[in-house]
Amino acid sequence: MFVKMSAKTLRRCGSVSAIAVMALAVSGLTPVLAVDTIKVDGSSTVYPITEAMAEEFQKKERGKIRVTVGIAGTGGGFKKFCRGETDISDASRPIKDSEKEACKASGVEYIELPIALDALTVVVNPKNTWVDHLTVDELKKVWEPEAQGKIVKWNQVRPGFPDQPLMLYGPGVDSGTYDYFTEAVVGKEHSSRGDFQASEDDNVLVQGVSSDVGALGFFGLAYYLENTKKLKAVPISWKGGAPVLPSIETAKDASYQPLSRPIFIYVNRKSADKPYVKKFVEYYVNPKTAPKLVKEVGYVPLPEDAYAKAQSIFGKREIGTVFHGSEVGIGIAELMARERKH
Amino acid sequence: MKAVGEESASQELQRVVGAGRRADWVMASIGLAILIVAMGTLISVFADLIHSGWPRLTDPDFYTNFPSRRASDAGILSAWVGTSLVMLVTIVIVIPLGVAGGVYLEEYAPHNWISDFIEVNVSNLAGVPSIIYGLLALGLFVYTFGMGQTVLVAGLVLALLTLPVIIVATREAIRSIPQELREAAFALGADKWQTVRLYILPAARPGILTGAIVGLARAIGETAPVITIGALTFIAFLPPAPLQSDFPYLNFEWLNAPFTVMPIQMFNWVSRPQAEFQVNAAAAGVVLMIMTLAMNGLAIYVRFRLRGRVQ
Repeated sequence: MFVKMSAKTLRRCGSVSAIAVMALAVSGLTPVLAVDTIKVDGSSTVYPITEAMAEEFQKKERGKIRVTVGIAGTGGGFKKFCRGETDISDASRPIKDSEKEACKASGVEYIELPIALDALTVVVNPKNTWVDHLTVDELKKVWEPEAQGKIVKWNQVRPGFPDQPLMLYGPGVDSGTYDYFTEAVVGKEHSSRGDFQASEDDNVLVQGVSSDVGALGFFGLAYYLENTKKLKAVPISWKGGAPVLPSIETAKDASYQPLSRPIFIYVNRKSADKPYVKKFVEYYVNPKTAPKLVKEVGYVPLPEDAYAKAQSIFGKREIGTVFHGSEVGIGIAELMARERKH
Repeated sequence: MKAVGEESASQELQRVVGAGRRADWVMASIGLAILIVAMGTLISVFADLIHSGWPRLTDPDFYTNFPSRRASDAGILSAWVGTSLVMLVTIVIVIPLGVAGGVYLEEYAPHNWISDFIEVNVSNLAGVPSIIYGLLALGLFVYTFGMGQTVLVAGLVLALLTLPVIIVATREAIRSIPQELREAAFALGADKWQTVRLYILPAARPGILTGAIVGLARAIGETAPVITIGALTFIAFLPPAPLQSDFPYLNFEWLNAPFTVMPIQMFNWVSRPQAEFQVNAAAAGVVLMIMTLAMNGLAIYVRFRLRGRVQ
């Protein structure tokens, strides 16, 4: 009896799934999003900020406007953005020439808005007693492609350092963080030695550096600030200047260079005319709320006048980017004042 | 003399039997040791996840909240609903297709070079890295067919990923059915389709379900192909409900809804700098494992019931 019943139930399951299969074909291509939805995709570095903004914004709008955020990466995000699939693209580096071309080809114009700062932090093991600072030239000597297999001991970095094996840790080569670091240190984007421990997950790098006395690594400031007991940050000296330790203050006042970088959102010009996208972007760069939210998720807020400037750039719908070719070590105030070009 | 000969023969026999027993014992010990290492690793990982994720696992909000910047408010509602719906689509597509493919190849296909070619390809497809399926789906479903980044596309890509495993399992299961069963059915006047439907498939079901468990357990934990086709990470609303109160009661709009899945949510939490998010990631890991076990449990239950029927 019981067995019979289960067979019947199964048959019913079978017919339900048959209906489902048929319905798959029928339901085809009807759009589902009746509610206004803002699509954001891009950098996983910028993600925590956009997540915080989206969360608060949706709360404020009481669910009348929806925001979705993906983590396709800065490059992956721009690919979608330039096809016109997303309204906003999260980017941990400025748009590249090839991406500008792609956007131009499909007629997508964009408004570039810096939304926070990040300080790439060079870290060593806390038991490392010999490093008091490093110069950008020394970092270049360690990280440039020619160093591969050659610079393998600390005493090759600077005479006077001990004869200790040098182990390198860094983010994966697809990340905007890696792009920016190589540009700032080696002088050429996406060019470095290949024999270092790479991980897409920065917590793996934290783990690696904290358990290896000879380690040298780099990643975003937030990962250092959450692990100050396990890591030691290295002050960086640039162009013969005094060494500067990365911190929220030195990133904000632009004294920590060339490794502090702005991170951005790019807004599709056409989407900016939709009232709900406009509302969200205005909320995103609101000088009153933005600094608090940015700080809460572990990033360095822009100076307040920079948010006001970003608001006015968006208000005037100034399209284009201020970045042309490789540039590092520019203060945020100067960036905001520059003229935007296509 | 004779007695001595007999004695040495029985000693010889004892020696051979003893050596055989020792070999058995050694193999059994090695097997047991491997089992203990494998299960021990799994159990200790699971126990560690439960231990680290405990504060969130015991918080009911964890299951009903959307993602949040505050680790203590963040929940997995959109992720577990997304994973359930995607797996539902995958199961509905892959089981009929995979079983039909396996039955065709085993019972109907002529044995020539074309079916050999298909056979080699199906076996190879089972070993293709999942990201390749993601790229295929991105190019084909998302861009060429314009289906967008939806639950349906994710279900399709995971179905593609699982399909070879189910075809191979179906074939193996059918192959293990004695030829006499077919002959008996034919002798009673059954045609080929009746034989397959009434005898072959019921007898092969346990093997097919085992294959389905293996394939779907792989699919539920996939991140790469789902990210490739454009699954989201932050999404604070659910797809429309599949059931509705008015006619026609079933609503298929959820198939076209944007979504996220458990492994993506976990991956995002694991890579966050704040230690509190690691607790969320561990708790999400436990939930994902329980979902997998529940799915497997269901399949094992169905298999158990059906086995009783066949005999």
